[in-house]
Amino acid sequence: MPVLRSGTQEANGENMATVASTPLPTLTPKDLSSDQDVRWCPGCGDYSILAQMKKALAGLGIPREKFVFISGIGCSSRFPYYMNTYGFHTIHGRAPTFATGLKIARPDLSVWVITGDGDGLSIGGNHLIHAIRRNVDIKIILFNNEIYGLTKGQYSPTSRIGTRTKSSPQGSVENPLRPISIAIGAEATFVARTLDVDVNHLTDTLRRAAFHKGAAFVEIYQNCKIFNDAVFEYATDKSIKADNTLYLEHGKPLVFGKDRNKGIRLRGLDPEVVTLGNGFAVDDLLIHDEKAEEPSLAYLLSRMVYPRFPECFGVFRAVERPTYESLINKQVEDVIRSKGPGKLEELFASDDVWVVR
Amino acid sequence: MSSVARSVEESPSEPQTRGNPVKHRVEELDSVVVRFAGDSGDGMQLAGTQFTNASAIFGNDISTLPDFPAEIRAPAGTLAGVSGFQINFSSHDIYTPGDLVNTLVAMNPAALKTNLKDLEKGGLLIVNSDAFTFNDLRKADYATNPLEDGSLSGYRVIPVPINTLNREALKDIRLSPREVDRCKNFFALGLVYWLYDRPLEPTLRWIREKFAKNPAILEANTRALKAGFHFGETTELFQVQYRVPPASIKPGTYRKITGNEATALGLVTASVLCNKTLVYCSYPITPASDILHALAELKRYGVRTFQAEDEIAAVGAAIGASFGGALGVTGSSGPGLCLKSEAIGLAVMVELPLLVIDVQRGGPSTGLPTKTEQADLLQALFGRNGESPVAVVAPCSPADCFDMTIEAVRIALRFMTPVILLSDGYLGNGAEPWLIPDINALPRIEITHPTKPNHDGQFMPYLRDARLVREWALPGTPGLEHRIGGLEKEDVTGNVSYDPLNHEKMVRIRAQKVANIANEIPPLSVNGPEEGDLLVIGWGGTFGSITTAVNRARRKGLKVASAHLRYLNPMPKNTGEVLKRYKRILVPELNCGQLLLLLRGRYLVDAIGLNKIQGKPFLVSEIESEIHRLAGT
Ligand SMILES: Cc1ncc(C[n+]2csc(CCOP(=O)(O)OP(=O)(O)O)c2C)c(N)n1
Ligand code: SF4
Ligand SMILES: [Mg+2]
Repeated sequence: MPVLRSGTQEANGENMATVASTPLPTLTPKDLSSDQDVRWCPGCGDYSILAQMKKALAGLGIPREKFVFISGIGCSSRFPYYMNTYGFHTIHGRAPTFATGLKIARPDLSVWVITGDGDGLSIGGNHLIHAIRRNVDIKIILFNNEIYGLTKGQYSPTSRIGTRTKSSPQGSVENPLRPISIAIGAEATFVARTLDVDVNHLTDTLRRAAFHKGAAFVEIYQNCKIFNDAVFEYATDKSIKADNTLYLEHGKPLVFGKDRNKGIRLRGLDPEVVTLGNGFAVDDLLIHDEKAEEPSLAYLLSRMVYPRFPECFGVFRAVERPTYESLINKQVEDVIRSKGPGKLEELFASDDVWVVR
Repeated sequence: MSSVARSVEESPSEPQTRGNPVKHRVEELDSVVVRFAGDSGDGMQLAGTQFTNASAIFGNDISTLPDFPAEIRAPAGTLAGVSGFQINFSSHDIYTPGDLVNTLVAMNPAALKTNLKDLEKGGLLIVNSDAFTFNDLRKADYATNPLEDGSLSGYRVIPVPINTLNREALKDIRLSPREVDRCKNFFALGLVYWLYDRPLEPTLRWIREKFAKNPAILEANTRALKAGFHFGETTELFQVQYRVPPASIKPGTYRKITGNEATALGLVTASVLCNKTLVYCSYPITPASDILHALAELKRYGVRTFQAEDEIAAVGAAIGASFGGALGVTGSSGPGLCLKSEAIGLAVMVELPLLVIDVQRGGPSTGLPTKTEQADLLQALFGRNGESPVAVVAPCSPADCFDMTIEAVRIALRFMTPVILLSDGYLGNGAEPWLIPDINALPRIEITHPTKPNHDGQFMPYLRDARLVREWALPGTPGLEHRIGGLEKEDVTGNVSYDPLNHEKMVRIRAQKVANIANEIPPLSVNGPEEGDLLVIGWGGTFGSITTAVNRARRKGLKVASAHLRYLNPMPKNTGEVLKRYKRILVPELNCGQLLLLLRGRYLVDAIGLNKIQGKPFLVSEIESEIHRLAGT
């Protein structure tokens, strides 16, 4: 009778990467580059994300073979082919499901989901919210270009009203989704937003996501050079971005603007932009608390949309909750601890048996 | 089934405990079919299951057919709310729950109305006469009371005031009138136990365990059961008591098992045999949910169950688990299989092991959730975009679900392919005795994972062995980092490739790999003459009816044989050759002719279909008369 296992035989601990007996390898971004030609359009924001991802992962101290990139379908979802890690380019919208199954089987791996605004919020919206709700320990990186890139430029669930595309020649009439609001509504434990062109912020944010234990959701504003160029210009153009963006810092007041003289305060239940000095002091401003148990303020920040407000970047929310796979595995381990590992003989005879001679 | 008396003796009943036992004639029977029918709130499934257990433990061969409405609670007393449980128990081998019912227990007029047509002429009809009030009759659309209007004169009617007798037996127990009435199924069960001379002890033991925390209910059910038994002993309503001696079946230790239970046990066993963690991913759906329920209880065996947000997520998670090196399995019914098709196609492309279980039900669409059908065969084989071959297997009886589940796992792992196991509602919910296997005699499923590059210091994920199977390299293995996905793969390297000739090559390789499975499965065997006038060939849950019908026809001198395909893709290598040995081929199926289409298309034989699409299994007689029509007498 073989011995039954409580985990996979391959995975003998939650953090194999950190308990490896050999010294931790130092990876360079180049070690993480696959031999495949990158085939995004010149000028696509995806290039920057790829470069920063390699930079972020190289510094984590996790061996290369422990990384798995799982994507759906879209320009963005080609990402895994370009990483010299384990990778799985799955089907449209379903990447979180594959990642969930993998993580249940292999809690030792560092699993990253790469998805787009169409992939993650249209066809795959259901899976996205459930992976987040369960707090599976996966990092979900949503490349938001507000367009369907791969299918050549139809409007997406995040396209702004009025977006003119081949499938909306008179302009889209649909109300867009806010990915961060969805993630917070789905009980996310880690939510952040960053941009393709802000390379340092992007690298830092990916690193923060990597360190989070649980589902980490990161929205990246990504420019689609071909079908939706410059939709994020207000947040990227050096001459205007300071007035249109607000970089969140834990424990700090919500200050922004070229002259750092504007801030956000709460008026009733609504945020309001105020100018400091004009009857308002820093003390009147909201203080960012990414660790707040109650997600309402984080949600409020996710509702701040240009041009009425500056848009927020950084970590909206980072709280701790047990991961899905650890809870599942704990139930298995608890039963085995209290009742002992199962034996097939007992299982077969668990109903009334009779003997025929 | 035959209820011919084998021997007749005069004897007093069991030792007296209460009342005066009446002298009953005792008749020995070969085989009996009993059906319990009542409102879905009357506990008929429980009564049927208990009767089955008692009969199995007594040593009879058994086969059961539960039949319940899709609605959890249709209005009480209505035709829509009738729930039934049929059991065939026998002193010889049986393969079906029986065509005609010998004894029908009808707890109310609605149950009588919907079930009477299946009762044999002259059959025993036990009715709960308390439930034939004006209101009950109206709910069942009876204009007059059938107990009084002579319409039941062709049957041996035994009216028993079950409510009254049950209340009387429980009168000093402190329970609400409702709770008391809920015990009446045990009264009816006790009565039928007496009628067929069944042991009470297995059910008494079950009651003791089940209601250990509720002494009043424990006592009430115990008393109801015994009161029913004693009523049979002391009443003069019955002239005869019946005995069905134990069957002489293969020695060994047995238990009763349903197809869904056998599937769950098969999965756990397979995970032990291949030394992998079972990750079972599912979204609840009738009639497959019981597999999920059973496995959720088996955490001691290291099983992980994942109740996904939908069937797509379930199959995705199963594939993800497989990618990680676990045994990834997903289970559903037809509507769920539809949702899983795109992901199954992905598993075909990335060549990862995957087991998909489809417990078929009546379709299309939501169809008949609680009724059986075999209409997903072509969907399993072809229901995906592109050339997308998968292995398909089908168990032929409830106990065979155990063996075929292990077989499906073996094929999936050994060939790095998705396998679809086609069970059905009839197999899943039906029960039969299961000869508990010797675990050490079950062959291991040997699986290895590469740890080193396989090609000049590099790892080529699509390098294949002689059987065309690629290696299963697991994430976490240093040096074997690679990417897989749904885009067409270049041969050997697995890189994305749009090359036309490569595509054709890969399509053919994938098809050939699945075809190669035929080298590792048993040949098709035949029950009956090796050649002859007629071969009756089927697949899945029709095995019992086909075998019984063919055996009977052979006893009547016809040159007919039967064969059953448990492997549907690929089929056993000798299938075509077997078909050609018979003048005619009959293919009974619970669909419009799906296997028929395959056999005609693949083997160019002029096979004939016998098709039934009523949400019910074949009666033996339906197949038998078709055999007689085709084979001459
Ligand atoms: C089932 C299915 N439906 C439709 C498609 C076609 N399709 C591929 S990618 C895509 C949209 C991708 O948009 P997004 O997720 O925003 O990715 P992007 O290309 O913008 O990075 C669509 C509709 C598909 N591959 N599969
Ligand atoms: S279509 Fe847009 S998103 Fe896609 S690769 Fe080109 S620029 Fe990037
Ligand atoms: Mg997009």
